[in-house]
Amino acid sequence: MISEHLPVLQVVVPLIAAPICILLRRDDTAWGLATLATWISFIIAGSMFVEVQSAGALSYALGSWPAPWGIQYLVDPLNAFVLLVVSGVSAVVMLFARDSILDELGRERENLFYCAYLLVFAGLLGVTITHDAFNLFVFLEISSLATYVLIAAGRDRRALVASFQYLIIGTIGATFIVLGVGFLYAMTGTLNMADLADRVRAYDTNPAIIVAYAFLVIGATIKLALFPLHLWLPNAYTFAPSMVSAFLAATATKVGFYVLMRFVFTVFGPEFSFDTLSVGLPLAILAIVGIFATSIVAIFQNDVKRMLAYSSVAQIGYMVLGMSLATTTGVAAGLIHLFNHSLIKAALFCSVGCIVYRLGSSHINSFAGAGRRMPWTMAAFCAGGVSLIGLPMTAGFISKWYIILALLERGWWPIAVLLVVSSILAVIYIWRAVEPAYFREPPADAGPVSEAPLVLLTATWILVFANIWFGIETSLNVGGAFAAAESLLSGYAP
Amino acid sequence: MLGWLHPSLLLILGALLIPLFSERGRQVYSLALSVAVLGLIISLPQGTFGTFQFLHLELVTGRVDALSLVFAHVFGIMLVIGTIYSVHVKEPLQHVAAYIYAGSALGVVFAGDLVSLYVFWELMAFSSVWLIWARGDRRSWGAGWRYILVHGAGGVLLLTGIILYYVDTGSLAFDVLQDTGPAFVLILLGFMINAAVPPLHAWLSDAYPEATVTGAVFLSAFTTKTAVYTLIRGYPGTELLVWFGAVMTIYGVVYAGLANDIRRLLSYHIISQVGYMVAGVGIGTAIALNGSASHAFTHILYKALLFMGAGAVIHMTGRSKLTELGGIYKYMPMTFLLYMVGAFSISAFPLFSGFVSKTMVIEAAVADGRMAIWMMLTLASAGTFLSVGLKLAYFTFLGQESGLRPREAPGNMLVAMAIAAFLCVFIGVYPAWLYMMLPAPVDYHAYTAKHVLWELQLLLFTGLGFFMLLKHVGGKRKISLDTDWVYRRLGPMLIRGLMIAVRPFPTHVRTRTLLHLERFVDRVFHYHGPDSILARSHPTGTVAFWVVALLMVYLLFYLIYAG
Repeated sequence: MISEHLPVLQVVVPLIAAPICILLRRDDTAWGLATLATWISFIIAGSMFVEVQSAGALSYALGSWPAPWGIQYLVDPLNAFVLLVVSGVSAVVMLFARDSILDELGRERENLFYCAYLLVFAGLLGVTITHDAFNLFVFLEISSLATYVLIAAGRDRRALVASFQYLIIGTIGATFIVLGVGFLYAMTGTLNMADLADRVRAYDTNPAIIVAYAFLVIGATIKLALFPLHLWLPNAYTFAPSMVSAFLAATATKVGFYVLMRFVFTVFGPEFSFDTLSVGLPLAILAIVGIFATSIVAIFQNDVKRMLAYSSVAQIGYMVLGMSLATTTGVAAGLIHLFNHSLIKAALFCSVGCIVYRLGSSHINSFAGAGRRMPWTMAAFCAGGVSLIGLPMTAGFISKWYIILALLERGWWPIAVLLVVSSILAVIYIWRAVEPAYFREPPADAGPVSEAPLVLLTATWILVFANIWFGIETSLNVGGAFAAAESLLSGYAP
Repeated sequence: MLGWLHPSLLLILGALLIPLFSERGRQVYSLALSVAVLGLIISLPQGTFGTFQFLHLELVTGRVDALSLVFAHVFGIMLVIGTIYSVHVKEPLQHVAAYIYAGSALGVVFAGDLVSLYVFWELMAFSSVWLIWARGDRRSWGAGWRYILVHGAGGVLLLTGIILYYVDTGSLAFDVLQDTGPAFVLILLGFMINAAVPPLHAWLSDAYPEATVTGAVFLSAFTTKTAVYTLIRGYPGTELLVWFGAVMTIYGVVYAGLANDIRRLLSYHIISQVGYMVAGVGIGTAIALNGSASHAFTHILYKALLFMGAGAVIHMTGRSKLTELGGIYKYMPMTFLLYMVGAFSISAFPLFSGFVSKTMVIEAAVADGRMAIWMMLTLASAGTFLSVGLKLAYFTFLGQESGLRPREAPGNMLVAMAIAAFLCVFIGVYPAWLYMMLPAPVDYHAYTAKHVLWELQLLLFTGLGFFMLLKHVGGKRKISLDTDWVYRRLGPMLIRGLMIAVRPFPTHVRTRTLLHLERFVDRVFHYHGPDSILARSHPTGTVAFWVVALLMVYLLFYLIYAG
């Protein structure tokens, strides 16, 4: 039956579609194939999510080699949840891609672009689904290398530099991960995560294990762009094509966060991470410093895409902060924010993409008068901004609510107050883009500008409605996150 | 039948569709929508609906009982009247804002728990401010900002109170609130700001006169009255409110007497009239609460009527000052007549609606043995007739010829005013219709010889006094200071005062302080500004440095610690 092969199809479908894209040259066929592959992945992720919720984890032995010898794909509540987010947001962003990419890239390179996109997509899904530490590294490299291509596709020539910069930094991160995995393999002789988890316990605080831990955590931290290792991210998001910014902001850093959780909780176990090494404290400190430092930087940015990029770094701080609490509510809050933030940022980057499509720039000055000239686009931007700030009835509120709840549970109420204060910083930087759009006149020499095409608006508004929907009906995001958190902690309490 | 459909939901979602219609289509659509909402409210069965789980909390968005229905009914009626009155306005923004505003007011009235109440409460503030800004001049811009800042502060107080209340009691149900110390006070403060209780009232008389002609009609109906509703629901019998309410009635009347702008005068009368309701809540007996609810009902109608009349004058003449108006009853006779119905109602003339509700509150004060309160309420009653029924009417419509030759107000405005006027008279003549809706059974008769005679005496002597002192009571071109002085003048003055205060310090101390400040700002820019260290564009080396640094710190720490 095909249903038992779903875990492998999840990765294989986009992976096979990628080279086919190179062969498709005319019209929108490459886009059509990429979209189809993405939607199939989404459907697979959805059906696996439902199955995991009802029947427990799905295991798949690649090539019928049983674990721990062969590569095992294991879908548990955590990665079922992340797969759903990654494939779901990508599916919507793909609707946005056609017109936007055609506008920013042109026809000639379109099929190559979609090939690279599918590789990133397949890589991210692979990282998420695999239960083999080395296989994880391989998929991470597949997605990273293709990501550099996507970023370099940006119209601005600085995109090349941004891409190169990310290549260097990303490679450092990947090297760290492979070094960490190497140490673990040298010590234990296994690569299967469950098997590793069993064997690592025996070594307790063996220096080699501690070194492996350092490499893995720092490597994952680079990938998820936690302050102060975030410096590759602003340039990458600013100069990449609009659709790529939306796609990466919603998926790449989220998968990085997943990798961090996977190593910290599944491989090393919460007791080792939080009791023996007390890794929670340094992570929490970096998260809080990051939230403030990058939010303030975001306030001073004049390019809206760049502003959103810095805001992403701040938002990653919220996720890591939730995780660093090591309580069920805390970990769940981190995951809820993973889910919600990918909706928020996808909506925001898509609406900025609409502005870029019509006005050619994402500079704050080009927003002048956009409220009247592109009312639907700006309404979507405002709605996304409201969700980012975290007002009630939006997804962002749910995130903040649970993070604050988790902090209060641990009695960290000063930090909870700080978080509320940090929301005000978000109000300021979102307002900086909203203010010219509604309260300034468009420049006198500006030609007539009409609303963005319906396709772009549809994709953007689907994301906006998702923000509102998941701010009201929270059984999917909150329920899924709590199930994942319980499975990760399996009874551990700090 | 439609028990599951929340009127707020219908109205707010319906409002979002308004911009899609053409001018003519919009007129038909918004009328149909407002009538549909009113019909929905009338058909609501008592009980609860719209209950759902949210973040592990049990939220009730639709609690329908007698008290919420009284307010919902009059809000629904007001919605239809306001729609007719503003149907000629072309900007869709104003219609959308007004409908979301009315929808969230309905949401507050139907909210069964504090969280949904808070959500609608904030939505109300943020939608209504557009009715002020839509005027589009500098004064309304500033007034709108002050309005939103005051309500924002009130919202924060309310939210803090709600969170504390939840922590203290573990319950979010919105019924009579238990006195739990700070939470109880904070929520009360939040409600009192919206009820415009002095000294927290200045936003009202500051903002309403600056709103658009049609916006002010909506504004006058919803914000303060939802606050009265929440006070009736949550704080019946709170002794403090008796005195606040009584002071409010006088305070509003005194400031109304000083006002020159016709809508500012009417705004102060909102404060004064809401004072009766607040006092009624404070007294807290069944008849007092009935009085508050019924006075809110009648007040919404006659106050809207007065604002519509004043709005029609401003709409047709472009002027809003008593000193610039006069003698226009010849040109706008219908407006004048309809305005007078409102004026007689607010002054509580027998056979007009104010009489049957205001006397109920006053009677409640008597029945509770509060003579001082009775005295204050009666005094304010006389002042009301003086300024609304006599002063405003005389100097706007009668009095000296101002040279203005306005045409009669447009048909839709007259129709809206006529409906409101009809209801004012209808309730005045047939109070049983209103009494039937009240939360507690009514054992009160407005039309006893005692009430009628007392009221007529009061009004006639007030009228006599007015015409004897006619020269002295007209509008003056001057500014009357109110508590908004604190944030409109005192703040800037403090800054100027600070500048003077630092002058005696020696020069080098001042320069050094400035230097420190500058250095602080520089430092923020240095680390966070557009070209700062944290925002550098090409930091590959920096990341490598940080990676190594983190790794070293980590390894040194754990290897030594573990070793």
